[in-house]
Amino acid sequence: MIFPHSLARPMSLHGRDVVSIRDLSREEIAGLLDSAKRMIPVAEGRRASPLLAGKIVAMAFVEPSTRTRLSFESAVQRLGGSCLTIADAGATSLRKGESLYDTIRMLSSYADAIVLRHPNEGAARLAARASDRPVINAGDGAGQHPTQTLLDLMTIRERFGTLAGLKVVLLGDLKYGRTVHSLAYALAEFGSEITLSSPESLRLPEEHRDDLRRQGAKVHDEPNLERAIRDADVLYVTRIQKERFPDESEYREVAGTYRVDARVLKEAKPQLIVMHPLPRVGEIAAEVDATPHAAYFRQAFLAVPVRMALLSAILDRSGRRP
Amino acid sequence: MRELKITPIRNGTVIDHIGTGLALDVLRILNVRELQRDSTVSVALHVRSGKLGWKDIVKVENVELSSRAVNAIALIAPTATISIIRDFRVREKRSVDLPPKVVGVLKCPNLNCISNQPEPLESEFEVTDRRPTVLRCVFCERRVDDFLRHLA
Repeated sequence: MIFPHSLARPMSLHGRDVVSIRDLSREEIAGLLDSAKRMIPVAEGRRASPLLAGKIVAMAFVEPSTRTRLSFESAVQRLGGSCLTIADAGATSLRKGESLYDTIRMLSSYADAIVLRHPNEGAARLAARASDRPVINAGDGAGQHPTQTLLDLMTIRERFGTLAGLKVVLLGDLKYGRTVHSLAYALAEFGSEITLSSPESLRLPEEHRDDLRRQGAKVHDEPNLERAIRDADVLYVTRIQKERFPDESEYREVAGTYRVDARVLKEAKPQLIVMHPLPRVGEIAAEVDATPHAAYFRQAFLAVPVRMALLSAILDRSGRRP
Repeated sequence: MRELKITPIRNGTVIDHIGTGLALDVLRILNVRELQRDSTVSVALHVRSGKLGWKDIVKVENVELSSRAVNAIALIAPTATISIIRDFRVREKRSVDLPPKVVGVLKCPNLNCISNQPEPLESEFEVTDRRPTVLRCVFCERRVDDFLRHLA
């Protein structure tokens, strides 16, 4: 059967802001993951693609981040575009007291799109209002980080071929960890089953649980890690981030309370994959790296094709393939 | 003749059907200290009400409420009705209805939200549920249901 052209094409992301994973429909997410798969040879440097030739993308990293910034820069440059980078807010007029609003207004007249990392929640939404160019949120405080969610989904789908019906364990800091909130939302949208495993004080906040219930998600708690992973397909480990804790004693109480190692994984299914947004600080033992369970380095690599797919969907009007 | 516990006003606003105990919060919204000098404010607490059982009433002379104040009252005292009085007559009577977006009325409870930073913007919340009312900050997506503590 031949579909009319307009129906067969996914809804256009051209010119759109991506601030929260909720800004993307399920179909748009699936389309981006398909496109990211086609970008892999370009991301690996085996093929060239000019999709972003002549485009300038501003990297406004008001809060430092090496991994996210470098993978965005790699994505732009692999597609023939170029970057304007603020890697240290201390070197900008933000330090002199300029508002984020004004900084973004200025940047939007120098670049075709803006990638923003900022320590305050909601900063990317404000930036999207200030800018007449599309804004991609690369993490706002403890808030949203939609491209991280996309690459998490990509990692799972690459291994299992689907996102539906999988059993996913979210482990660690489910209270402050920004990656897990949007990931849980997206997994629920695609019909995965979610098990929450965390120290009592770092449980997923009631507000997020309520949102998941409204989505009709299958969610349950299992604080015991061995029991939680017994029939799981994915174990998503997070770092307990010291900088997100309002008080140091709360941090010290939970630091180092869980560790994924070969002994823990003995109970798991052979096809279980272990994911982590990295950097890890002791949550996953190095001995896991050599096992087929380890997916976190693949996950880190997939950041590049996923960001290539998103940038080209937003910036390239033609819908060309790489 | 019925005995009136508060005297009628010539011009101004009557906020009636305020849930009992909430009149003082309504006064806080009206910012009584900043009212013009010829405004008398009368308050009746714990008055018999056919509709609610018990209610509070606030009458403010020579003042018609801003939309910001009406929205704030809708959050704190959703059963309230507002009557505009001109020359002792009720010219307009309506219940307080929340618009789909509440702008400039509340402060986001998330201190790390960009709306609590020195940026050129007003706080803005989307109404995600009614009865009971739940709002979500359009910037940081934090939910708020305890409005009194977060009046701007």
